[in-house]
Amino acid sequence: MPATVINAESLSYSYGERAALRELSFSIAEGCLFGLLGPNGSGKTTLFRLLSTLIPVQKGRLDICGHDVSTNQDEVRKQLGVTFQSPAVDVRLTVRENLSCHGRIYGLHGSLLRERLALMLERFGLADRASTLVGQLSGGLKRRVELAKGLMHSPRVLLLDEPTSGLDPRARQDFWDLVLNHIRGSGTTVVVATHLMSEAELCDQLLLLDQGQKVAEGSPVELQSRLAGERLTLRMRDAAAVQTAVEKAVNSAVMVSGNQLSVRVNDPATQITILLNEFRNEILGLELTRPSLDDVFLELTGRSLLVSGDAHA
Amino acid sequence: MHSGAIIALTQRELIRFLRQRTRIIGAVGQPVIFWLLFGAGLRTSFRPPSWAAGLAHEVTYQEYFLPGVATLIVLFTAIFSTISIIEDRREGFLQGVLVAPVSRLAIVLSKISAGTILAILQAGLFLLIGPMLSWIGAGADIHVSWSLSRMLMAAVFLILIAAELTALGFVIAWPMNSTQGFHAIMSIFLMPMWLVSGAFFPGGDSGWLFWLIRINPLTYGVAGLRRLLYEQPLPVTPELPSMLTCLSVTVFATIVLIVVSAKMVSRASVNNAA
Repeated sequence: MPATVINAESLSYSYGERAALRELSFSIAEGCLFGLLGPNGSGKTTLFRLLSTLIPVQKGRLDICGHDVSTNQDEVRKQLGVTFQSPAVDVRLTVRENLSCHGRIYGLHGSLLRERLALMLERFGLADRASTLVGQLSGGLKRRVELAKGLMHSPRVLLLDEPTSGLDPRARQDFWDLVLNHIRGSGTTVVVATHLMSEAELCDQLLLLDQGQKVAEGSPVELQSRLAGERLTLRMRDAAAVQTAVEKAVNSAVMVSGNQLSVRVNDPATQITILLNEFRNEILGLELTRPSLDDVFLELTGRSLLVSGDAHA
Repeated sequence: MHSGAIIALTQRELIRFLRQRTRIIGAVGQPVIFWLLFGAGLRTSFRPPSWAAGLAHEVTYQEYFLPGVATLIVLFTAIFSTISIIEDRREGFLQGVLVAPVSRLAIVLSKISAGTILAILQAGLFLLIGPMLSWIGAGADIHVSWSLSRMLMAAVFLILIAAELTALGFVIAWPMNSTQGFHAIMSIFLMPMWLVSGAFFPGGDSGWLFWLIRINPLTYGVAGLRRLLYEQPLPVTPELPSMLTCLSVTVFATIVLIVVSAKMVSRASVNNAA
């Protein structure tokens, strides 16, 4: 059983009258890739700020690496590497200058600083860009500098807030390859706040947040297996026209979006056969999928994760 | 133990400054233009204040204005370098520093040391080159001391004024979230503060203006610098406080402002996360 690195007990936080977190308790094991999943306004940004020591704990207790965040802030800060959603690199400094400045802020100097700098530049594929101003780099490379910066001082815990927002799918993939490569075998605990299903599915453990409260906790597979059945998506010639007929045929609620019908099925083989028999000429395509994390979230809260944009409260 | 962090952050500021050349022109250009234009324009109407009576030469307006312009250069540089706090916050760099294990005082001191270095380099250069302009006929004769000890003392005092004004800029910039707000404060508070510091005109020895000048801490910075530009000690007059008073007020104001800055940074607030 790995040690607990982060432990939160009854954490509450409010901005004036507005409660952002209510009585939140959870713990994170060492070496875990832990996801905070929730739509905008779910409190995950507030939780991230608490974890990164940017805002003080108002109520409850938060321990990171065995230190109480309220009383032993400096010890906690030494163990943390933080990558914010908004870039914290200086665009007017070169890649090397950024990493060096950050390393020195965290107390690195001399040969250790040079070693770490060289290692980070190499590991994150930045060696040939070391003397380039960060402002001249592409979005994907900027994020890499950000990540290298967060890991420069070998933190025990790496905090990532929506780390790939604004990146194209390929750069997103690159970013996660680097993160996963880095943490493999290093024992670094990673906490990522996200509203992206693809990122959440990479995590070992997930905490689902809604309106400042915990709605579920577990591995993606555990969470997905909470929902019985699978999801059947049908692409139809005219989805709205046949909705009621399909509902009657499979005896289950059907959702329409565009020309697609979506329905939860418990006995797919039988139900697909019925549908094929009755609506052969209407169906353009069909897909059977395991319930997604969004389905789980929808089931638990009545809200979808997907409707949220990229903007932040 | 945070000296590494202070040096790293100071160095970052200096690099940024050097990569934005227009800032140099902004901080030095306007004061020097003021100096040349007002120096020429007010040459005939200027009446030297009472402390100048004992000097062997007549104090021209350009000479009177010299320490005032140096102070203005310091003020502009200090303001420009603390405006970067607002940019750092907006760009996200500040968040990265706030979650680092460095004392909040170290964060304040790094801003102040960077602002101070930039200010004394620019103002010092002006104080060296300004008086030379008269040699090529670009200004009136200026009789300031060229002795090394005087120049060193003036440099040290300039460091104090620069630290004081950068700390003042810090206190103003920290709670702000837009640079526009800072510009407003610049024109309704900081520029007037400079105008009534004895930098631009002598205040006489009575009346509301005189009292305004007296309660202005910057008056003591300008007066102290003025004293150090002359070889012989100037008399103490209501307009020109003694060197000891100048030094005490400036040191005291600097310490108070630094303490207030550090207090502001320590108060972890939602503003930090914005």
